[in-house]
Amino acid sequence: MSDVASTLEYAEAGTSLWQDAWVRLRRNRLAVFGLVVMATLIVLALLTPWIAPYAYDAQDLDLGATPPSAAHWLGTDVFGRDMLTQILYGGRISLAVGFVATAVALLIGVTWGAIAGYAGGKVDAVMMRLVDILYALPFMIFIVLLMVVFGRNVLLLFLAIGAVEWLTMARIMRGQVQSLRQQEFVEAAISIGLPTTTIIRRHLVPNALGPIIVYTTLTIPQVMLLEAFLSFLGLGIQPPQTSWGLLISYGAETMEEYPWLLIFPGAALTLTLFSLNFLGDGLRDALDVRGAKD
Amino acid sequence: MLALTACGGGGETNVERGNREGILHYGNGSEPQGLDPHVVTGVPENHLIRALFEGLAVKNPHTLEPEPGVAESWNVSEDGRVVTFHLRADARWSNGDPVTAEQYVWSWRRALHPEMGNLYAYMLYPVKNAEAFATGKLADFGEVGVKALDPRTLEVTLTEPTPYFIQLMDHYSTFAVHPETILAHGEMTDRFTRWTRVDNIVSNGPFELAEWKLNRRIRMTKSETYWDKGRVRLNGVVFYPTENEVSEERMFRAGALHYTQSLPLNKIPIYQAREDSPYVQAAYLGTYFYLVNTERPPLDDVRVRKALSMAVDRETLSQTVMQGSVVPAYSITPPGTLGYEPPRVFDHDPEAARRLLAEAGYPNGEGWPAVELIYNTQEAHRKIAVAVQQMWKDVLNIEITIANQEWKVYLDSVSTMNFDIARRGWIGDYVDPNNFLDLYLSGGGNNNTGFANPVYDDLIQNRAPRAKSREERYRLFREAEAMLMEQMPIIPIYTYTSRHLIHLSVRGMPANLMDSLNLRYVWLDPHQGRTNEETK
Amino acid sequence: MERFIALRLLQAIPVILAVITVTFFLVRVAPGGPFDSEKAVIPEVKAALERQYRLDLPLLQQYTAYLGDLAQGDLGPSFKYPGRSVNELIAAGLPVTAELGLYALLVAVLIGGSAGIFASLKPNTAQDYLPMAAAMIGICMPTFLLGPLLVLVFGIHLEWLPVSGWGDIPGDKLLPSITLGAAYAAYIARLSRAGMLEVLNQDYIRTARAKGLPEWQVVVKHALRGGLIPVVAFLGPAFAGLLAGSFVVETIFQIPGLGRFYVQAAFNRDYTMILGTTVFLSTLIVLFNLASDILAAWLNPRLRHQFGSSR
Repeated sequence: MSDVASTLEYAEAGTSLWQDAWVRLRRNRLAVFGLVVMATLIVLALLTPWIAPYAYDAQDLDLGATPPSAAHWLGTDVFGRDMLTQILYGGRISLAVGFVATAVALLIGVTWGAIAGYAGGKVDAVMMRLVDILYALPFMIFIVLLMVVFGRNVLLLFLAIGAVEWLTMARIMRGQVQSLRQQEFVEAAISIGLPTTTIIRRHLVPNALGPIIVYTTLTIPQVMLLEAFLSFLGLGIQPPQTSWGLLISYGAETMEEYPWLLIFPGAALTLTLFSLNFLGDGLRDALDVRGAKD
Repeated sequence: MLALTACGGGGETNVERGNREGILHYGNGSEPQGLDPHVVTGVPENHLIRALFEGLAVKNPHTLEPEPGVAESWNVSEDGRVVTFHLRADARWSNGDPVTAEQYVWSWRRALHPEMGNLYAYMLYPVKNAEAFATGKLADFGEVGVKALDPRTLEVTLTEPTPYFIQLMDHYSTFAVHPETILAHGEMTDRFTRWTRVDNIVSNGPFELAEWKLNRRIRMTKSETYWDKGRVRLNGVVFYPTENEVSEERMFRAGALHYTQSLPLNKIPIYQAREDSPYVQAAYLGTYFYLVNTERPPLDDVRVRKALSMAVDRETLSQTVMQGSVVPAYSITPPGTLGYEPPRVFDHDPEAARRLLAEAGYPNGEGWPAVELIYNTQEAHRKIAVAVQQMWKDVLNIEITIANQEWKVYLDSVSTMNFDIARRGWIGDYVDPNNFLDLYLSGGGNNNTGFANPVYDDLIQNRAPRAKSREERYRLFREAEAMLMEQMPIIPIYTYTSRHLIHLSVRGMPANLMDSLNLRYVWLDPHQGRTNEETK
Repeated sequence: MERFIALRLLQAIPVILAVITVTFFLVRVAPGGPFDSEKAVIPEVKAALERQYRLDLPLLQQYTAYLGDLAQGDLGPSFKYPGRSVNELIAAGLPVTAELGLYALLVAVLIGGSAGIFASLKPNTAQDYLPMAAAMIGICMPTFLLGPLLVLVFGIHLEWLPVSGWGDIPGDKLLPSITLGAAYAAYIARLSRAGMLEVLNQDYIRTARAKGLPEWQVVVKHALRGGLIPVVAFLGPAFAGLLAGSFVVETIFQIPGLGRFYVQAAFNRDYTMILGTTVFLSTLIVLFNLASDILAAWLNPRLRHQFGSSR
């Protein structure tokens, strides 16, 4: 029962939970590394127009694809465009898509899953069957229609991706909440008459965060690659704008002839994913209420 | 890891086994829609159907001039309006039945029948009353200009003299099908029957269908009933639906294919650098161009259209982005179309382009409105659009956005003229300037630019068909094409080339303008490699 | 338990019906039709084609006619492949894709699951970092990249394995299965590690340890059940998604599966084929999500009560 009491205590003092988490996060070296890398990437993305060595659409057709050199540190693509510049500009799009779309997915998915899992019964059945329906609809037709109805629009791209990615998030969240729902501290919270929204917000969501954070960090790179696919369907960004996902898919076509066109954007994506995962794991540990008592 | 030892490098590749057994392994691009000559359209279908069936005349693989097929000879009347085909006595279906003139009448009725929904029905439109019958305006097929005078004589009456009519006899939409077989599996005009399946199909070409595994392979064996079987040297052919050209190239490298349908652009320099290169590139009867919507400002101004066209550096584009694999184009008709040379009314000229744009009211690009270039999603189209976009920006200082569209969306945009500038390609169905120039008749279904000119229409529809000689006809075509290019409703970019990897053991497969394949002449010789001269 | 399953199967009917209805009208609104091609289609020809495919009827009548056929198990003729029925096309592609999906899933669960569990036992040590780093690289490696890479190494350079095909040459199933399974393995590794860590900190595990049970017993008997819940929640849609996602792998390796039909049908506006594959896919999704929920409940004793039976 002390367990329940201490949990409730933490939950009531919401701010101190986050403060404690921050302290613990700072102690985790890998998480700090992840945080620093992510912050650097975001700063680079913001400063790109001022620090990029070349104009992003400047072509030199006669130069063509060349390996890394003093003039072009990461080489050039088939149009003779500087790859470093391409990756910097691509990062702006990819990071924005990654974060915004994932945030959309997170918001919808967690809310949806938490409500369904908490309410159970008929509400749960209807909500989760709706998720099943959305899973089954032909995605490509949906995207083509979105494009036709709303035109090309980067914001729409964010929403479209978010609207697709939230489904699995909702399923995971529901599973977590359902299992937490039966635990003593939640039943205790219900019995002392806390409002439902408070219970969900203060008790269920924080305790279900582990898998959600992990899935979120997995979703971000997935979303960045999905963006490339949507751009192929005509939704999303158009040349000469670019993104990491597009650079990787172009690079994959020519990986034997011009490997640098694949390796560098691929490295950028991988670095982002590693940092996010370190950060995610750190966050998970830092927010782990039960672990905190040790 | 058991699988690793069970297979592997020691085994015989398709190519090695094929060379031993006389079987050609052929990358065919995609799974065919079907094998019914009056139902399907498309290049992979063309290769398959022309291996299984044979037309009245076939194309010589070197010159593309027609030569005898099912018909051993034909005469054209003085006025050019009546063609009489004499069918050979030994032309046989694969079940042993003779191929007869009546079967042609029946087949053409099927090909033209309004209920059939044959997309290529128009191939027979030069035949008198064919169009009226196909569009339902004429119910009695007896009035259509095709008659069987006797089992071996087919008389065709044309509306106008049509110099390329004999060529059309090698197009599958004009092929005969075996009536009894079709009726055994359904109605004459049924699209959904199983008559083309293995064991059902009856055909009259050099090969017979032996196996059809969906999305896997189509296997054919040499026909024993074909009239010219003595000259068919392959024992069989296996067609693979190689949809992805990158995978196809890897299959070729691993020895799984003798022949690829295409080659990714970036691989060209690597293969070209090789000695005894399997890479074969040849001019192809097709033009890659941009359609301009002449009804939308600022593109309704011919000076703007010319400025855009003159600003494009086609030579650089061909040499760099396209890896030297295409030929710059300055007209709609590909050069060398059976002796026709298109006029050249403009050049790459940045100075003149800037001047024209200034005259049109956009000096140095000032005041340029939003204009968009669309293309269907494909790597090569993207590359060209990205390069051209930048050329327009560098030369004219104007911003043109580019946007890719999914294939059907793109088709919809083009056919409803819902675009400013759109990428387009046209591949000839037969070797004649008419096949390109009649696209831009006023209100034509494939026009899509808003270009309309009665003088042009008259040249193409009335004056050229009645020309007394090939020279006069070509002169009229050149006159018309010059008019078209002066108005520039299209911006030509390049002339297509066919690009294949062909294993050195494959012989008798000369490159030609139509990329036309006649498997009856092909053989495999693993010992004596092909010289590059053969495919030139 | 039986009641729970029966209830869910009953719920499947409106779900599938809703999917069919939405899809039916969705594809009709999408621009471009099945008969549009690069060369303009003569209006009379188009009209004839539309008659043959019943497209000339009012939309609602087409819809009821489709449902009528569907009730008899007839998915209609394909638009893209005249002379073939959608039933036939699905029957041809399904066994291949199902087999590919099964192998891929095996790869994913075996490699991903063991890596994740292994890593969770000693968090923040080399035993944790190495498999997790591999998993992360796996997630960054989309199938359109991993497939060609494996082909180049094992097919072209080492010449150990065939570069294409399915069931034609021994060993040709290996690379596609690994390619398709790898991405899921990475997810499963991450999710199982997270789930395990969550569980390993809980009281009942501590109790079990305090009772002096050997560590492997603690893990296998107690921790695994709870720790794999997130994985199981992911697996349901993942397996159904595996079928749809096999398109890329099928294209790279020239595999005659259902994934290619599913994707190309949308590009071709092959209405009946889109509907047919979607009906099929939605059935799968319902079934797999159900299976995953049952499994999750079985893993989590606290949830069993919802089945309304003590066991």
